[in-house]
Amino acid sequence: MTSERISSPRPTAWRQYGREMSVGVFLLLLLAYFGTTPGFLQASNLRDILINAAPLTIAACGMSMVIIAGMIDISAGSVLAVCAVVAGLTAKSGAPLALIVLLPMLAGAAIGAVNGWLVAYLRIPAIIVTLGMMSVLRGGIIWYTRGEWIGNLPPSFSAVGRGEVGGIPVPVLLAMGVVLLTALLLARTPLGRHIYAVGGNPVAAGRMGISVRRVLWLVFVLHGALLGLSALVYASRFSVIQSNAGAGFELLAISAVVVGGVNIFGGQGTVWGSAVGALLLQVISTGLIFRRVSEYWAPSVQGALVLLAVVADALRTRRLGR
Amino acid sequence: MRVRLPRREAVLLILLAVEMAAMQSLSPLFLTADNLIEVVRQSAEIGLIALAMTLVIITAGIDLSVGSVVGLSIMVMGMLWEDAGLPIAVSALLALLAGTLCGVFNGALITAVGIPPLIVTLATMAGFRGIALGMSQARSIRNFPEGFLWLGQGYVLGIPVQVWVLAVCALLFHIALTRTAWGRSVFSIGANEPAARLSGIAVNRLKRQVYALSGFMSALSAVVYAAHVSVAKPDAGLGFELTAITAVVLGGTAVSGGEGGVLGTLIALLMVGFLRSGLTLARVPSEAQDMMVGLLLILVVAIDRWSRKEKG
Repeated sequence: MTSERISSPRPTAWRQYGREMSVGVFLLLLLAYFGTTPGFLQASNLRDILINAAPLTIAACGMSMVIIAGMIDISAGSVLAVCAVVAGLTAKSGAPLALIVLLPMLAGAAIGAVNGWLVAYLRIPAIIVTLGMMSVLRGGIIWYTRGEWIGNLPPSFSAVGRGEVGGIPVPVLLAMGVVLLTALLLARTPLGRHIYAVGGNPVAAGRMGISVRRVLWLVFVLHGALLGLSALVYASRFSVIQSNAGAGFELLAISAVVVGGVNIFGGQGTVWGSAVGALLLQVISTGLIFRRVSEYWAPSVQGALVLLAVVADALRTRRLGR
Repeated sequence: MRVRLPRREAVLLILLAVEMAAMQSLSPLFLTADNLIEVVRQSAEIGLIALAMTLVIITAGIDLSVGSVVGLSIMVMGMLWEDAGLPIAVSALLALLAGTLCGVFNGALITAVGIPPLIVTLATMAGFRGIALGMSQARSIRNFPEGFLWLGQGYVLGIPVQVWVLAVCALLFHIALTRTAWGRSVFSIGANEPAARLSGIAVNRLKRQVYALSGFMSALSAVVYAAHVSVAKPDAGLGFELTAITAVVLGGTAVSGGEGGVLGTLIALLMVGFLRSGLTLARVPSEAQDMMVGLLLILVVAIDRWSRKEKG
């Protein structure tokens, strides 16, 4: 393997995106597998899968940046709930569409700023910060809404979740836009390169003159803003917002990212892979419903998929001798 | 390091006393023997998990799957008893085995393949919960025999049975951690893993033991919990990991590993228990309590970091 790497100086597409492509191939195999069930491969069902995968895809992009930077966020589901409530209340107050979009993103960014400050500047491990934040936000939002659902949402609100532009559903458009923008950010901007550097080796990154703290803080802020957008897309598809919205969403987002080939130790991976990972999870979830598998097994399938992906990655890394 | 630990626990004890005084001023019902015993009883199930979690975190690991192991082993016990018709004692023993196997599975993935504990146990947290829900199809099992319920509702010398269980386990963990070579090895893994490996400690074997122990203690907690609430439900133990980790970290065990002990964990566990009890008596809703426990966790770690930074 090592000699092969030396003998090919220019990275081929397979070498560069092999991990992402293998997830894509797996996705096609799954589609073929579930496709044997009548109705699964119908255009309307595939369209539903794309729409349902949109909030997860958007969140997975932010989570990719967090994990590439060598961090983790397990408060994502609670952040989603808070931002969904913010979006719903803004919509109910009769605010214009711009505010309905902007306020949840600001709320998410603000929470991300707090998380990021605690992680980057006080150097508290991300797992502790976000574990604590998870119960602060979840407890806070249930307390604030008294566990009641937010209903009577105006029709302008559902324009985001159910609308179409040129025949393409708005959630899908938003998801594609976010994937494209975060991919560009990671691959083509100094901040993107710094995120990889910090995740790969924070000490070395610091010596190179990168402000590790600022990069980490920014990553959490961006991730929070994307969670706000994800919450808006998520909430605006339904006529009510539940205060337990997004329970377990953090694991879904981390799963999508890890299945998509982002290295859990940081420093490696792309949002393309994470987007395919999110789609894969949605295909499995819809496919299991078509196959009439009890929904109770779904968490097990998801957990097994994550383990499969990380074990495969670990073995592959070991084989390459890194 | 050795000198620091008792001081940390002394600080915790003072905090605990202040907290109890504050709670007493909120409600005169707080400082009654009945209420105090009730708080300790309510804390026992999570306490059992927190003991093992202390060891896991001392090795610089984490186990997020404990709550799901509770759900899985509680259903193993319930279904073996109700569906397979096994005696409750045998079912409970097999539940302990099931929980231990969960821990062995975690440990094997962590050590054999080298995946971070956070990711492994995050995945098995979903996986074990899914198995508990799937195999039981989300039903609950009730009507356990009287003799079994004694484990969670009975008293010995005026003290609840599960508090005795917790006390015995805590003593064993404390001795194992502070008075044996095994305990010193656990600390050395967390403090400096390569050095521990070089000095001849079987790091991977020890880690597997610690995660197996975590699975076993979660199952023990499940058995006690079932006897306490008289019902086995697959969503049992939801969120236990948060309270257990909060107690461990609050109790002075460093998340970076190599430092800590079960005494601090126990005191912190009582702090959280008394806080919740006092707030409940003061009619603060439980969601607001969740919020405060989360804040407490972040605050204590932040203050700890800050004070270390000040010292240099």
